Amino acid sequence: MPCINYTAKCFAQNIPHAKILSIDVSAVRRLPGVAAVLTAADIPGSKTFGIVTKNQQVLVSDKARYLGDGIVLIAAETREIAGRALRHISVSYRQLPVLSSPDEAMKPEAPSIHEGSNIFSHHKVRKGDVESGFSQADILLERRYQTQHIEHSYLEPEAVLAEPDEQGGVRITGSVQNLFSTRRSVAEVLNLDLAQVQIKQATLGGSFGGKDEASTLLCCRAALLTMATGRPVKMVNSREESMLESYKRHPYNMEYKLGAKRDGTPTAFEIRCIADGGAYASTSAFVTWRSVVQATGPYRCKNVKTDTLAVYTNNNYTGAMRGFGSPQVCFASETLMDELAEKLQMDPLTLRLKVVFRDGDVTATGQKLRHKVSLIEVLNEVAGISDFARKWGQNRNERRKAYPVKKGIGLACSYRGVSLGAEGADAAGVIVSVQTDGSLIVSSGLTDMGQGAQTAIAQIAAEVLGISLARVRFLNTNTSRVPDSGPTVASRTTIMGGSAAKSAAEKVLTAMKPVAAHLIDADNPENIVVQKNHFIDAETGRKVTFSRVADACFQRGVSLFGFGWFKSPKTTWDEETGRGDAYFTFVYGANVAEVEVDTETGKVKVSKFYAAHEVGRAINRAMVEGQIYGGVAMGLGYGLLEEFNFNQGSPTALNFDEYLLATALDVPQVECRIVENPDPVGPFGAKSIGEPANEIAAPAIINAIANATGKRIYQLPANLEQVLLGHKLAGSGARGSENFLG
Amino acid sequence: MKTIKIQLLVNNNEYEVSVSPNETLLDILRERLGLTGTKRGCEIGECGACTVVMNGEAVNSCLILAPQADGSKIMTVEGLMRNGEYHPLQQSFLNHDAVHCGFCTPGMLMSAYVLLQQKQNPTETGIKQAIAGNLCRCTGYQQIVEAIGDVGKKGETD
Ligand code: FES
Ligand code: FES
Repeated sequence: MPCINYTAKCFAQNIPHAKILSIDVSAVRRLPGVAAVLTAADIPGSKTFGIVTKNQQVLVSDKARYLGDGIVLIAAETREIAGRALRHISVSYRQLPVLSSPDEAMKPEAPSIHEGSNIFSHHKVRKGDVESGFSQADILLERRYQTQHIEHSYLEPEAVLAEPDEQGGVRITGSVQNLFSTRRSVAEVLNLDLAQVQIKQATLGGSFGGKDEASTLLCCRAALLTMATGRPVKMVNSREESMLESYKRHPYNMEYKLGAKRDGTPTAFEIRCIADGGAYASTSAFVTWRSVVQATGPYRCKNVKTDTLAVYTNNNYTGAMRGFGSPQVCFASETLMDELAEKLQMDPLTLRLKVVFRDGDVTATGQKLRHKVSLIEVLNEVAGISDFARKWGQNRNERRKAYPVKKGIGLACSYRGVSLGAEGADAAGVIVSVQTDGSLIVSSGLTDMGQGAQTAIAQIAAEVLGISLARVRFLNTNTSRVPDSGPTVASRTTIMGGSAAKSAAEKVLTAMKPVAAHLIDADNPENIVVQKNHFIDAETGRKVTFSRVADACFQRGVSLFGFGWFKSPKTTWDEETGRGDAYFTFVYGANVAEVEVDTETGKVKVSKFYAAHEVGRAINRAMVEGQIYGGVAMGLGYGLLEEFNFNQGSPTALNFDEYLLATALDVPQVECRIVENPDPVGPFGAKSIGEPANEIAAPAIINAIANATGKRIYQLPANLEQVLLGHKLAGSGARGSENFLG
Repeated sequence: MKTIKIQLLVNNNEYEVSVSPNETLLDILRERLGLTGTKRGCEIGECGACTVVMNGEAVNSCLILAPQADGSKIMTVEGLMRNGEYHPLQQSFLNHDAVHCGFCTPGMLMSAYVLLQQKQNPTETGIKQAIAGNLCRCTGYQQIVEAIGDVGKKGETD
């Protein structure tokens, strides 16, 4: 059956919040060249999906909650017919008030976007007594911060191919980040068993947390069209569709109150963050949970009261994006710390060295840090390579004289919980299969989206077996071939997948050793080591190649197949008391940015960047560095360039002409230092890097701007008007691109 | 719709294609010639994922209407390999870990190729300018700039 290449979606045209009164597609059904027309009424199974709360609609029938909601789905033989068909759909709406911010949505008179309150998640952390903490303080700081919506901007827009399989099921190949949650949704929507839905990962052209529900939606729709037509269906989003439909990073409104002693010791933190969750629940509850845990930053403080709320609005829904609730609070806590230093007339490094967590300290959630706490180390590293203290003082002294370009240097640091933590079940599986010629096939339920997951996992398996990486082949993930390993998120791949790979490879090794011992006449298989593609008897030095042992195992019927399963160590959380051992381990990082601020135009140039990150152990150095470079570039965009704005629920830009990403000319040279303090839990001591590399670039830059100009910025991004005028200009409301119907 | 016949020399192969006037060179390369190495990222000339070499210049193929390309000599990323071997630029990208997700890579390679054709041993700024029209969300560009610089230094431009 020929593939259907052209599909179209009818969106809630220009009405972000509306009751849908009727949908008439009868005229479309009569058009020649239209292969299928579907509305919510045609969905055989569940009409909704979602990771935490299932309230996102595959197609909406009763109510549109944001502009990206789809109402009718069309499959056609040509692009022209698909486009023409859209004009034959008639939908009538009753407009509802558009809630364009959490402030509006939290008003008592605001209509409910879903059932009940628009506040759909509330987490808290409670430690000590903040009132008494504030009464002991010599200095009080109260500040408000605001961050913006961020578009993931994976360079490849979402794309999937769905095909009917021979046994009544469906096979989907696509750019999907979390195959197993996507499979669950597709199965529920189509009313099929999980075993009847096979999802194969195509090479992902970037994801950064973004190809979860956005891709699930596409998969569900393509699968519906495939079932309706019995033909393969390809669905590819244009950039405009992608930006209109997909979720973003949460914008936060944050209120921070900090009390501190004259020597810098914080006595109390009181924090309230409100996240714009947009139209659907998505992972907001998890994102804001990470924020609540990490909101104070890595600072010792006896009294903490933090609340994070997520609120429905009629903006795009918001969900997972690299950092997952940390970039927002890192911006607030790190720039606040700098202000505290300023008030105390200390330099920002000295203050931090004094008050950051050390070994055995207790975090805001009451968790005792039992591993090596590397904050002092990363701070000293980054300050050393950047000559921070000297430059910071010099810039401040020359601030008045320098005109119009002023120089600045800024510092930020963070601690970050590794993997999912108490957010959810945390386990992963890896299959290691040695072939009879000694080559190796590794497969896992965790996906590679360009971050190098496959290489890291393959490298760990190769290291255990003593073979070279060139002999390892990593299979793209396929839900029907590997166990559900949970989502590839939270920088958990190396530690979770790596640990599972290690255990799988060790199983195979244990099975191979006696055979090797026999081949080289070793008395004790225990004494056999693997190295450079050989099994070697440590006693006699006799050796045999890995491939020969593999072949001999096959001849003797010894299984060369290993399955490894790794479940994370226990974490705990009590929603009521707001306390717990949130994550099983943490990573630490410190960044320094140097900037040149043109005070006549407001233009900020980042001239040099330094990053020190503790990663447990670097399994692959170049990969870790690559994650840092990429994380810094994205953080620079967060700090200075990117903002996905809305005007009454309507995005003001839908393509890269107006949504600005950092180019090669914007990104400075990044010098990095990898600090290794192997973690007892991680495979060979490895922890993670993907997200830590992204969370503190923006505050380092903002602190550098303050060092240059003496002025503080409380709202991201620090674009020209923020830097020059200290506030945002009102948006024009014009849409960047109108042709999003493709 | 009316179609127009055009001639293209793509990676040294001659093609004659009937195109609609509203099809772009990118459409033709990907959908008619099956050369899917050239990527579609924005279709408005902002991301550079669709960069190809046309008559010696790096162009965004999403901005070239197919009829405009009539009679042109085109090179895409598929034309970089020489006798089954990676081009020095491709090898250098691999050596420098300059390929993360890989979606920007074909366009980057094309921009880099033209740069090295036009300028021997370019400076870091020269390289950054040459790829300023190619967005990359993954790498932060550093490894890409180093990879190109390395090839430039060795003078392996073709
Ligand atoms: S697709 Fe041509 S520049 Fe983006
Ligand atoms: S490597 Fe992913 S966009 Fe460049």
